[in-house]
Amino acid sequence: MTKIAVEKLNLFYGDFQALINVDIRIPANKITSMIGPSGCGKSTLLRTVNRMNDLVDGARVDGKIIIDGDNVLDSGYDLVSLRKRVGMVFQRPNPFPMSVASNITFGLRVHGSAKRGDFDNIVEDSLKKVLLWDDLKDRLDRSALSLSLEQQQRLCIARLIAVKPEILLMDEPCSALDPIATERIEQLMIELKENYTIVIVTHNMQQASRISDSTGFMWLGELIEYGATDMIFTNPKQKLTQDYITGRAG
Amino acid sequence: MNPKLAQKIAFIILLLATILVIVPVGMIVVIIVVKGAPAINWEFLLAMPSKGMRAGGIFPAIVGTIYLVAATILFAIPVGVFSAIYLVEYARENLLTRMVKLAIINLAGVPSIVYGLFGLGLFVIFLGFGPSIIAGALTLAIMILPIIITTSKEALDSVPRSYREASLALGASKWQTIRHVVLPSALPGILTGIILGISRAAGETAPILFTVAAFYLPRLPRTMFDQVMVLPYHLFVVSTQIPNIKTEYTYATALVLVGIVLIANLAAIILRSKYRKKI
Ligand SMILES: Nc1ncnc2c1ncn2[C@@H]1O[C@H](COP(=O)(O)OP(=O)(O)OP(=O)(O)O)[C@@H](O)[C@H]1O
Ligand SMILES: [Mg+2]
Repeated sequence: MTKIAVEKLNLFYGDFQALINVDIRIPANKITSMIGPSGCGKSTLLRTVNRMNDLVDGARVDGKIIIDGDNVLDSGYDLVSLRKRVGMVFQRPNPFPMSVASNITFGLRVHGSAKRGDFDNIVEDSLKKVLLWDDLKDRLDRSALSLSLEQQQRLCIARLIAVKPEILLMDEPCSALDPIATERIEQLMIELKENYTIVIVTHNMQQASRISDSTGFMWLGELIEYGATDMIFTNPKQKLTQDYITGRAG
Repeated sequence: MNPKLAQKIAFIILLLATILVIVPVGMIVVIIVVKGAPAINWEFLLAMPSKGMRAGGIFPAIVGTIYLVAATILFAIPVGVFSAIYLVEYARENLLTRMVKLAIINLAGVPSIVYGLFGLGLFVIFLGFGPSIIAGALTLAIMILPIIITTSKEALDSVPRSYREASLALGASKWQTIRHVVLPSALPGILTGIILGISRAAGETAPILFTVAAFYLPRLPRTMFDQVMVLPYHLFVVSTQIPNIKTEYTYATALVLVGIVLIANLAAIILRSKYRKKI
């Protein structure tokens, strides 16, 4: 089942076209990875889905991004509900300079979407889902900045989970982590895909092939090829894709 | 020159310069304390002045100073902090914001006596407040606005972009992001600006000269529209306008003024470090 349908998406930063006619259907409850050389528009594509690019002066889009039947690019689309449903994990872990618990309840407090009395349960639930509960249950009022980078990134995911999103956009979520932490976050993603649709941008081709069900390859703002991960890595149809994954281009 | 020798000479010059910074501060404090402390007692702190200010206490000047500084801060903090938020978070780079920024820089360079005359013209005469706490506080507030705006702006600017992005990506509105993420992170820096503002407001004489300071008024103010005695001006008065006054009395007045500024700063510093710890 398709969760996100991107149709004829064009995005301009001023005069520069960063996305060219991108069409892609992202399946529900799967991990989809986007690969491609630096500057090809992977982050831009991700940031269009939750409309973070609205904040960029001079950015214009046309085309459609349809989530559950509605075009989220419509000017009337409710941004708050969009961003509650579509969470984003950033390249560098960016917990707020608050306690672990406050980080997780931040979304709830902002949206008023849960009673104070339920906060403790939600904190526990969210931390359990990212496998941090056992480590942190006695340190919930410690500053989130005192955690290790891996814990911080997990906390950032827990912070999203607390607001009950359906889609997780992850922009190079492991690039600040060491290989062991990376592997554990990958494990976490595989567990999470049961309940969430995950789109991950990565520069690490092994990572894409290890964890993702489908893969898209981008080049200079265009989506060159998109399909099942096995196919893209073993038997790509486009020569450019082949060159890129074998390291001859990019 | 041999590099080792050069290194030694440079070190000594730098060290001397640094020590030179401490010397005047130390001397001021020592002299004021040594000469003023003996005259400080409850009567001095809590009694009305008497015998043409040669005896009695400085109670009305202490109260006047506290009222005046508090009112100044009350006016200056909201305007200063809100305009800093507007400039950093909302304003686009255009002619208006460039003019505002230029105005702030220039405001900081205006001599304090000019603020005094401005306050006299606008608040005392034109708006008809007369010499009063409100006229003095508004004048002082305008004077410390640049300090508060500049430090608040720096504090807001230094809040990492990634915090804002995280908050917005969670569906928080811009204002919620400012209120719950940006302001708490910037608060220690903003408090630094407020500390500087308090010290400046408590110590200046020229801006209060025509707007609030009373030469001799041995009673406490009842409303914002009353005139009050204020420590810096009182200090000026007792050291230049009153013959045959005991020097301890003058130094004790200075000591109290320094003490009040110090206590206010200390309170703000404690508040700030509390906030830092929370982060
Ligand atoms: N705010 C912006 N204003 C103008 N141009 C931008 C902006 N953000 C990105 N670009 C440009 O758009 C293109 C795509 O950028 P994007 O960040 O999406 O690339 P990316 O594929 O994520 O690269 P990387 O792998 O380095 O993260 C780049 O050429 C970049 O310079
Ligand atoms: Mg990127």
